[in-house]
Amino acid sequence: MGLELFNTFILLLLVAAALVALKVRDLITASVVFGIYSFLMCLLWAEMGAVDVAFTEAAVGAGISTVVLVATVFNLKRKSSD
Amino acid sequence: MKAASMVPVFLVGFLLVFAATDFPEWGNPQSPASDSPVSSHFIGKTGVDTEVPNMVTAVLADYRGFDTMFETVVVFIAGMAVLAILKNSVKKGSVRRDHEVDAEPDLIVTNMVRLIVPVIQIFAFYVLAHGHVSPGGGFQGGVIMGASFILIALSWDLETALARFSLNRCMGVAAAGILIYAGIGIFSMFLGGEFLDYAELERVLPVSREMARYHAMLGVEIGVGCTVTAIMFALYANLSSEGKLEGGL
Repeated sequence: MGLELFNTFILLLLVAAALVALKVRDLITASVVFGIYSFLMCLLWAEMGAVDVAFTEAAVGAGISTVVLVATVFNLKRKSSD
Repeated sequence: MKAASMVPVFLVGFLLVFAATDFPEWGNPQSPASDSPVSSHFIGKTGVDTEVPNMVTAVLADYRGFDTMFETVVVFIAGMAVLAILKNSVKKGSVRRDHEVDAEPDLIVTNMVRLIVPVIQIFAFYVLAHGHVSPGGGFQGGVIMGASFILIALSWDLETALARFSLNRCMGVAAAGILIYAGIGIFSMFLGGEFLDYAELERVLPVSREMARYHAMLGVEIGVGCTVTAIMFALYANLSSEGKLEGGL
């Protein structure tokens, strides 16, 4: 029961994070929200006993991917004026 | 148009959810993945064959060693491709970016990084070397190691990080990692086994056949760790500066 509640909570947060990442205007914020999404996935993997996958998700998904995304956003030039 | 594109999205989404209801229950021992003879072979024999407690590492580095070797080669080729593309597109003169600010490296941030980087690097070595016993291994350890250099580049600038780990050295270390991996494989061929047949290494190591596989796995994990460390940092250094290799983020 406790685990199911935890899973449901994490899955709802995942959906929320995905929607926020799509809706938010600022690209840096979107990258950080993707990092949050990865960390939630990492929690889910760890909860299911796949600790190796969780480790990789935390290191690659939440760590390096976020940094590379932010680095890319910093190098973009703004074309539209909104 | 936007409304029309929603139709396939919801249709495919509905199909996926509908298909997911047919999945076996989580942790069900009768599910096809757990029920196959391959799984029970690995679960029963890994500890006997290799003396490695972490089954995931044993499957990754030993039973499927060929697969993992070329995964490492894929990481290497990805780094080479980014280098090849960005090296030729370097434009002279710096373009001011939208988010850029002129500031000295922050005192608090740089001093915190000074304290935390050694801890990160020791943890990376621990993850790499302890990958047989606990979760971890070459890929994770390499990424954590690469992240420590990226942290230096983020809090000072790229020049500071590249003074410690230059791009030439990066590519050397990356190639050396693959050579370590393939070298262990070819060495076991010379000893009379097949490619990546680690058990044959018992002829040169003063250990049993099982422990030879254990130690050879550590060897290939070190190779993977070298490649991943170097490529992660080289990727960041090139992507963050459009190949110019200068300035902070």
